[in-house]
Amino acid sequence: MLDFIQQLVSGIALGCVYGLIALGFVLIYKATEVVNFAQGDLMMLGGFFVFTFIGLAGLNYWIGFALAVLAMALFGMATERVLIRPILGYPQFSIVMATIGLGYFLRSVAGMIWGTDDLKIETPFSKGVLKVGDLVLAHDKLSVIVATMILCAVLFLFFNYTRLGTAMRATSENMLAAYYMGIPVKRVVSLIWAISAAVAACAGVLLAPITFIHSNVGLALGLKAFPAAVLGGFGSIPGAVVGGLIIGVIETLAGFYLAQGWKDVTPYIVLLVVLLIRPQGLFGLAMRKKV
Amino acid sequence: MRFIFKTDYEQDIRILKHPGYWWSYGLLMAVLLAVPYVLGTYLQSQIVFVFIYAIVGVGLMILTGFTGQASLGHAAFLAIGAYTAAFLQKNGVPFIVYFPLAAIIAGGVGAIVGFPALRLHGIYLVIATIAFAFIVEEVMARWEVVTNGNEGMRVKTIDLLGQPLPRDEASFYYLCLFVLVLVILMTLNLLRSPTGRAFVAIRDSETASQSMGIDLAVYKVKAFAISAAITGLAGVLFAHKMSFISPEMFTLQLSIEFIMVIIIGGAFGVHGAVFGAIFIVMVDPFLTWMKDDVPGMVAAVAVMFGATADKAAGIQEVAGRIGSAAGLKGAIYGLIIMMFILFEPYGLYGRWLKIKLFFELFPLYKKATFKRQKTYVKSERNR
Repeated sequence: MLDFIQQLVSGIALGCVYGLIALGFVLIYKATEVVNFAQGDLMMLGGFFVFTFIGLAGLNYWIGFALAVLAMALFGMATERVLIRPILGYPQFSIVMATIGLGYFLRSVAGMIWGTDDLKIETPFSKGVLKVGDLVLAHDKLSVIVATMILCAVLFLFFNYTRLGTAMRATSENMLAAYYMGIPVKRVVSLIWAISAAVAACAGVLLAPITFIHSNVGLALGLKAFPAAVLGGFGSIPGAVVGGLIIGVIETLAGFYLAQGWKDVTPYIVLLVVLLIRPQGLFGLAMRKKV
Repeated sequence: MRFIFKTDYEQDIRILKHPGYWWSYGLLMAVLLAVPYVLGTYLQSQIVFVFIYAIVGVGLMILTGFTGQASLGHAAFLAIGAYTAAFLQKNGVPFIVYFPLAAIIAGGVGAIVGFPALRLHGIYLVIATIAFAFIVEEVMARWEVVTNGNEGMRVKTIDLLGQPLPRDEASFYYLCLFVLVLVILMTLNLLRSPTGRAFVAIRDSETASQSMGIDLAVYKVKAFAISAAITGLAGVLFAHKMSFISPEMFTLQLSIEFIMVIIIGGAFGVHGAVFGAIFIVMVDPFLTWMKDDVPGMVAAVAVMFGATADKAAGIQEVAGRIGSAAGLKGAIYGLIIMMFILFEPYGLYGRWLKIKLFFELFPLYKKATFKRQKTYVKSERNR
């Protein structure tokens, strides 16, 4: 029984990692209906930035954290301006392909700049564990869980209760109508990329002590976070975190109880089954067909 | 400029629209038939890969280009074809039997994947096909009785009715060429049939095609099955060409390469699949050339512009380091995808059509002919 609970807890920690990355996917999708396959690679880039600021430049952890988030926000805006804006409004799949291309490019360039070794940084969370009875939870994982919950709550409130959040939802619903209502659509889209890249940077910084920083970390985690976002229903912020938790818990439990090899496949099997029953994901909006 | 005056329906759906087609495609066939006598083994081998990629490209074109269903899981169908071939060959089944059988099995699996795909569209479909491909990859690695797991399988030479077709010889080249031509002709024939037109109608508007009486379920499953079957055929050829297959050859990376084939070629015609295949296969030789020859050439140019020998050597070293940097291939792939989507969304075939039209219309060509309609983003959630 203790084994089970311990596995459950580490599954939840892993799930929050996926949820954190999935949040970035969902943000961009929610505001512009663009699916950003390079989200994991933005996270990887955030990790490298923080390594540069903390590991190489020797800054304080929190200052380095803030700088990395800021730098990634600017990078997100630049990406939107150069790559996404010219093709916004074309079929969805071409944008997906463009972001896949961006992912390739970022991975390869990051590998050339920072090398292909695993990099590590010292953080306030990298040592120390939390003990509740016999349960053990490392501080670095705890930090991810807390950060995911806070970010999820903040973003949820932002989207539902602020003017800017409402404007973003309107933009995704119908861009032309949003223009007519006086929403500065270009600025909104640019902002959402900045926010999403900043969220990715947070994920990258918090994951740095757990997964280390190397150029392929984004691809591996992104490919797990993506099913998480789909499972939760692509347009839903709580859905992203719940989807992440489901994927994380299933993966951990399958790795513990089932034969070798099931660990990596089970999340995808669950995803396919859920999509069969609810094609719009768990928290997705019901779809109406219009001509 | 040539005007084709059509007088009946039969003429409208003819595959070879006018006599010029006989000349141009006949010439192309003659050139391709002469290749083994003219080119060396290396180039011939590259052309065989072009053929295999083009077969997959045509299969994917039916699904993505014509029916509008995106798939990032076609490496899985290729794997199914390849493993079917390897396993059946090991158990003494003749080529003439397992070649079509691989297509049938891959097509069957494709139909099974097609069923869940009926309810999914857009990004949900993409992720479902990725999930499917991951599952297949893992099955290949774990089902050791059949696939020999991660150690991979050796694939012996094709034995066509007692006639061996070694993978580096002209006979294998001709087999691949034959299969490619056959697949292209079958696809063209399919596209002028009611089924093919239903595919195109589904791509353009699901709702409209449904109201015209097209059964979406039937045609989407058909598109998946046909596409997967063609990819399965390519898988058999791929297995024999590589002569060794293992699960890590059929990854998401390969699926993305296949999608690149049709995006680079132009996702609206069979020509596109072939153009794209040529482009993708030539990336590797291009990279080798970058590594081996370009640094020297850059240095020579520098000397020509008056650089000293020292400086030229420095330049050569820098160029060499860029050319042989690890992961350069990824950067080039990424740039190619982004550039094509930004600047030439119609792909190479679209560019070819533009150039052709430019000369046909000579001083009257205007850019607006090919201008894409840009629409405002509307939610796909309530389609």
